Amino acid sequence: MSEQQMQYDQTVADKIIQILADQALLDSADVTMDDTLDSLGLDSMGVVETIFAIEEAFDITVPFNANAPQDSGFDVSSVRSIVAAVQDLIQRQG
Amino acid sequence: MRRVVITGAGTINPLGASVAATFDAMRAGTCAIGPLDIRDVDRLQVRIGAQVRDYDEADHFTRQQLTLYDRFTQFALIAGAQAVTQAGLVGVDPDRAGVVLGTSGGGLNTLDDNYRAVYEDRRDRVHPFIVPRLMANAAASHLSMTHGLRGPVTTVSTACASSNHAMGQALATIRGGQADVMLTGGAEAMLCFGGIKAWEGLRVMARDTCRPFSADRTGMVQGEGAAVFVFEDRDHALARGATIMAEVAGFAATSDAGDIVSPSQDGAARAMRGAMADAGLTPAQVGYINAHGTGTAANDRTECAAVHEVFGEHARDLLISSTKSMHGHLIGAAGAVELLACLMALTEGVIAPTVNHRAADPDCDLDIVANTARRAEVSAVLSNAFAFGGLNAVVALTRA
Repeated sequence: MSEQQMQYDQTVADKIIQILADQALLDSADVTMDDTLDSLGLDSMGVVETIFAIEEAFDITVPFNANAPQDSGFDVSSVRSIVAAVQDLIQRQG
Repeated sequence: MRRVVITGAGTINPLGASVAATFDAMRAGTCAIGPLDIRDVDRLQVRIGAQVRDYDEADHFTRQQLTLYDRFTQFALIAGAQAVTQAGLVGVDPDRAGVVLGTSGGGLNTLDDNYRAVYEDRRDRVHPFIVPRLMANAAASHLSMTHGLRGPVTTVSTACASSNHAMGQALATIRGGQADVMLTGGAEAMLCFGGIKAWEGLRVMARDTCRPFSADRTGMVQGEGAAVFVFEDRDHALARGATIMAEVAGFAATSDAGDIVSPSQDGAARAMRGAMADAGLTPAQVGYINAHGTGTAANDRTECAAVHEVFGEHARDLLISSTKSMHGHLIGAAGAVELLACLMALTEGVIAPTVNHRAADPDCDLDIVANTARRAEVSAVLSNAFAFGGLNAVVALTRA
């Protein structure tokens, strides 16, 4: 299933958008699925805090290493990819 | 200005329980990083570290002493005894001798154990000496008591730069005439559940091992241990016929006044320049740098850029290595154990390698002495430490 076709659990997406909005000091209405961490203005420590908040919200463990984010097996390239990765972790760890 | 020299050194660290054993391990490129053997390791995601192994505290101290000595104090006392023995500190005026020691976590094991006792095990009573056991100055105070040093005794806590700041302060104390002899260096014992758990949160810890400057690095690995040196007024040392290992030629400290965790090229560069200026060295005279080299993407790139900025063309000629690849990151004791690599370079002409290096990183295009120690005659060296909090401290040593 491609990313475009993937169905999102709206509750999961909403929660993640709220977490990102809180970190980026934005209104959640201003965060879209196509936003990136860059476009939201999140630096590396903001990302680490976001991951922590996601782990706490969904009671999952996210395999994320700030030194090698691309090799972490957790795609943080966009809001869409984060939602997909979290859904995947919820299914596997839930 | 009074000149300051090193007349004694001692250590216990993951590579060995003496200076000689540590030199041997550094020469051989030994990596002391392995699976962590600590309580509740199964609840940790970070399960590797560089521990002081085959260590039984009862072999070194009595039961009464151990009620007062946290693991970091034990390490400091073991290292301090070796340093004092080597320096042959007999007949030194005790009122003109002191201690300044670096540590970041202080008695963290004691804190961890006793928080467990009261929070997890619901005990309502702790041992009467928990406070003097866990306090950050416990190691410095016990060094002072053990060796009867009655001059200035303090502790410096500046995270990963603690030891370098401490040694800088020891240098200033002797130069300024407040003491003739100072025990200095650092001690750290942070490898306990709470200590690792806190670091885990930062997401900068390596998955496999510590690979500074390697393109495939995944972060830092913690270590533990201590190194203690005898810093001494040069004339004082010569007058009593002491053997001089090296001269502590200069020191500089700078602050980034920027980010609490991200390193700054400018702050690092200013500290290296400052240490050379204080030592009266030109960049071309520096043959070796013991890098801060944590193995995180942020540190390694920033540090290499700072070296290029400061040394220009000479950056390609000098040797730079991160011995954290072998003994892990000793946090508040890092600069002290790493000064041993600097002493080995000056006294034995052997440059300790950066082990676990697998792939060149274009952002770290320096001669990092990959994987194998190298013979090189060097007469001046720098030791870098760049701490969280944006605090940078660089020590310059020259050949005696």
